[in-house]
Amino acid sequence: MSEVLLQIHEPGETPMPHDDPRGLAVGIDLGTTNSVVAIAHEQKPEVLRDEAGHGLVPSLVAYREDGQVVVGAPARRLLLDHPGIVVGSIKRLMGRGAEDLKALAGSLPYELASPAEGGMVRLKIGDRVLTPVEISADILRAVKARAEVALGQTVTRAVITVPAYFDDAARTATRDAARLAGLDVLRLVNEPTAAALAYGLDKGAEGLYAIYDLGGGTFDFSLLRLEKGVFQVLATGGDAQLGGDDFDHAIAERFLAERGGEVDSVRAKLALATARVAKECLTTQSEWQGALDLDGRPSLHRIDRTTFERLIQSWVGRTITIVERVLEDAGIEPASVNGVVLVGGSTRVPLVRRSVGALFGRPALADIDPDEVVALGAALQAEALTRGSDTLLLDVTPLSLGIETMGGIVEKIIERNTAIPTAMAQEFTTYQDGQSAMMIHVVQGERETVDRCRSLARFALNGIPPMTAGAARIRVSFAVDADGLLTVSARENTTGVEARVEVKPTYGLAEDEMAVMLRDSLEHAREDMERRLLLEAQVEARRTVNVVRSALASDGELLSAEERALIENTVARAEATAESGNRLAIRAAAEELERMTRPFAERRMDRGIRAALAGRHVDTLRS
Amino acid sequence: MNEAMPLPVQSPSASGAARCWSCGEALAHAALFCSACRSVQPPRALDHFTRLGLSVDFALDENDLDRRYFSFQRQLHPDRFATRSARERAISQSQAVAFNEAYRVLKDPLTRADYLLKLKGIAANPDGCHTINDPTILMEQLERRENLMSAKTVEQAAAIGNEALSHVKESVTAIADAFHRDDLDAAGRETTRLKYLVKLVDEARGRKHALAGEGADAD
Repeated sequence: MSEVLLQIHEPGETPMPHDDPRGLAVGIDLGTTNSVVAIAHEQKPEVLRDEAGHGLVPSLVAYREDGQVVVGAPARRLLLDHPGIVVGSIKRLMGRGAEDLKALAGSLPYELASPAEGGMVRLKIGDRVLTPVEISADILRAVKARAEVALGQTVTRAVITVPAYFDDAARTATRDAARLAGLDVLRLVNEPTAAALAYGLDKGAEGLYAIYDLGGGTFDFSLLRLEKGVFQVLATGGDAQLGGDDFDHAIAERFLAERGGEVDSVRAKLALATARVAKECLTTQSEWQGALDLDGRPSLHRIDRTTFERLIQSWVGRTITIVERVLEDAGIEPASVNGVVLVGGSTRVPLVRRSVGALFGRPALADIDPDEVVALGAALQAEALTRGSDTLLLDVTPLSLGIETMGGIVEKIIERNTAIPTAMAQEFTTYQDGQSAMMIHVVQGERETVDRCRSLARFALNGIPPMTAGAARIRVSFAVDADGLLTVSARENTTGVEARVEVKPTYGLAEDEMAVMLRDSLEHAREDMERRLLLEAQVEARRTVNVVRSALASDGELLSAEERALIENTVARAEATAESGNRLAIRAAAEELERMTRPFAERRMDRGIRAALAGRHVDTLRS
Repeated sequence: MNEAMPLPVQSPSASGAARCWSCGEALAHAALFCSACRSVQPPRALDHFTRLGLSVDFALDENDLDRRYFSFQRQLHPDRFATRSARERAISQSQAVAFNEAYRVLKDPLTRADYLLKLKGIAANPDGCHTINDPTILMEQLERRENLMSAKTVEQAAAIGNEALSHVKESVTAIADAFHRDDLDAAGRETTRLKYLVKLVDEARGRKHALAGEGADAD
């Protein structure tokens, strides 16, 4: 291949992207509606885009009948003609159980597989049955591939963001999805914290900052203190089931009601797609008019901004109430906040901006794209974790953690807004004579009774020797790591009997399920191989382009003007082809470039030899 | 998956000089890092004040406390050890846990007063056995609690909350004075009062939200 050229290339002449043997570390915002991947270099983060310049990957996955999995914009194109095989907003189901779904809105655009008892939700998509973890893993694979194509290197490590208000089950599900996608999770970072990092570093912000993050499916509000590179989260609040999706639902329900007729998951999906278009138009227009085409029968609908704002007023009002309470709990007046940063696509809705601005008495800041700011922060954190940094994120646990005690009362062990990592312990005792086991039921939430909190796990401490009631000393210890993930252990202190669980959420995946999925993912190995070959071809082509460029710069005078123009043309063509996804075309272009620059390389070589021989005796050459 | 996390149970303060877990070098008192191999060391059994390099005293400068906490976390937080060995990551985590706990306790005047009393061998716990009984505190609190329960409007509840908040501030000053005079009885009595007052502030906030929620869009 390019040996000849490489031999005469002076080391350090061309800036090659140096390969980290462990692969590059990126930041990923795995969103309800869109996902974004970014990378940072020397604290300058950058969103990785496709050839067309799009940074957002729609979080939509299509499962085609031929077995092909399509993610992003191509999946969106399939939505209109094959709504049954496309799934979206999967983030709302992360870490949720079948019972949770009943509590959600009745018109969810999902078809559930056989009513799962306990355990994780399973969706029926086309002829497949999939968990939200697997579907999220497919999105992550596509995002990872985009990053690898953009960077020309393999990506194996990532910081992935999660809503601050995600509970332990949803965090674990996110980490499992990354594992399935072949990504080593460096850290799960809360979305508002990531946004604050990107904003603070970019603008050199100091003082008290509020992050109002309204995404497609989740709402987070965080209050941070920014001081000399430290990002200290003071308090956080939110609602993991409130977002722009709800706005879409409100519009879609109105359209469907205007139309009349049956509603099923397919019709709901199409109506939601139309509702989304209407919502987005109402950001800049005062009125939207359009058709909803279901079953080949279009109906005409009209909505103005005032009506839209009336429809969503209660959702927006709820976010404002949450903000007020977080501020009040933290003992902070809205006026003492130095800046309010808007994050998430739903903050484009004018009513949202007005309401937030009115509460704080100042216009909210949105000078970094609210769709990209979280991924930029994640990329900064990925760089900080792998290359070191002067900045430091100090985050908190969003929800209280506790265990069930007698009568279904929750005993809190770690209070919400406690800085992580943290570990706390409390002593409990037996309530019956001779009691030999104790059931430990771990829950998360702010309510006083177990039935109003989220159940995370149950485990038993067995082998307690017979004692009178109240004599045993059982110490239950909770530890939350820097990812916000919980481990619980229990120990009987008079005898030393011990039990420890890593909290595997009730709605999580069992280890054996995970093993099966990992095996399945090996079947995707062929696709992965194809992608690897593509990457190699791209890296090779770019390398050749760089080498020729530097040769032109140093030895260009060896060429005539025509020769030089011809080479430059070929270089430009090869460079453009390298950005395409066509491996064979890239190979061909690189080979052509090599072939046509061979005479040039030979001339350079001759000159190199002549230079080396200059001043030497003919005798020494002969011997 | 999750690494087993060492709980912040510290080894009892070693009688002899502690040694580095990695290279065996003798460690300076309360050293965070080994002077020879630079490995991070597990947290030692220290009181929260000493851990943060402060004198054992109720009066403290909050900004100074923040600065010290940030500077320790800059060195010890698990984010600084993301690419290090599992052992080092676990140790950094337990150090970060210890500093988070020390900061949490000292940052809030109530937990700080409570902790300092405990260090000095006095427990100010209204529900415990060594209750510092003061009928005047009890009467005062019962009366305020009743007022709060009979509050009918958000404004009334807010007014009671604000009044309690100003009493909280006075109480913190009184505690600081008592510690300054080294009058531990007075400090304990006032800390008990502060507990009730803080609880009242919380309850007033809850009452306010409950009253605001009535009729409004409740979830």
